[in-house]
Amino acid sequence: MTTDQTPIVPSFDDDETDRKLAIICSKGNLDMAYPGLILANAALGEGVETHLFFTFWGFDMINKLTMGDLKFSYIGNTAMHPPGRFGVSMPQGLAGMPGVTAATTKMMKKQIADLGVPEVPEFLQQIADSGGHLWACRMSADMMKLTEDDLFDEVEGIISASDFIEITDGAQLLFI
Amino acid sequence: MPTTTIGGHEVHVDDEGFMTVYDEWSEELGKELAAQIGVDMTDEHWAAIRFLRSDFPEQGETATLRRVSTVAGIPTKQLFTLFPKKPAKKMAYIAGLPKPRGCV
Repeated sequence: MTTDQTPIVPSFDDDETDRKLAIICSKGNLDMAYPGLILANAALGEGVETHLFFTFWGFDMINKLTMGDLKFSYIGNTAMHPPGRFGVSMPQGLAGMPGVTAATTKMMKKQIADLGVPEVPEFLQQIADSGGHLWACRMSADMMKLTEDDLFDEVEGIISASDFIEITDGAQLLFI
Repeated sequence: MPTTTIGGHEVHVDDEGFMTVYDEWSEELGKELAAQIGVDMTDEHWAAIRFLRSDFPEQGETATLRRVSTVAGIPTKQLFTLFPKKPAKKMAYIAGLPKPRGCV
């Protein structure tokens, strides 16, 4: 039991830094979309300047036609088990059967929704509303013949890799 | 567990200064807590804080930013304006609640 004369107050602004986080999202699978989104959201909540760069398959996360419909398949993922049934493996051969990807996607979406975590488009909107910056990769856009009109409205621009490196000067970087 | 004096009231806090006893809080105290971290309370600030206070006993944990925006209907952008930089923690502090434990 201690009593201090000066109140104990959390140091919200004392630890204000110029910390920056850059996250490169290169995957278009449902399960690989979330790590970047969750970390970006967490960083923004801590006052960290955050930039996301979408490249290659990661474009599916910001392409209006695909962003709400990412899929999860456990092909090649030997860690897959039925929900809560650790140690029970799912046969790899089954993963390629028609309808299995739809079922596993539905299952994962439900588990994510049950935690109150939003779907990808809504999550990206939340990140943008929290001050996060969304960037699309120039080379990917050219390869896929996509323009800004095809992309989620909050994407600030289609930029080159060197532009991104310049913007994220001094940032910590995650490649997902 | 340490105690500290905020605006003449002695309250229990954790090591960082977040209040630990739900019933030791009052709106008057909330205003004092806000002042400690440079937040000048307006009706909009209070709407968020009152939601946090009423939500906590029902949920058993502090609402995350997402919960404040989806359930209380206060837009995320506005929360970042009202409680700059670290809205979730600042709101929890002013509301006399623990930091939110949820990731999103």
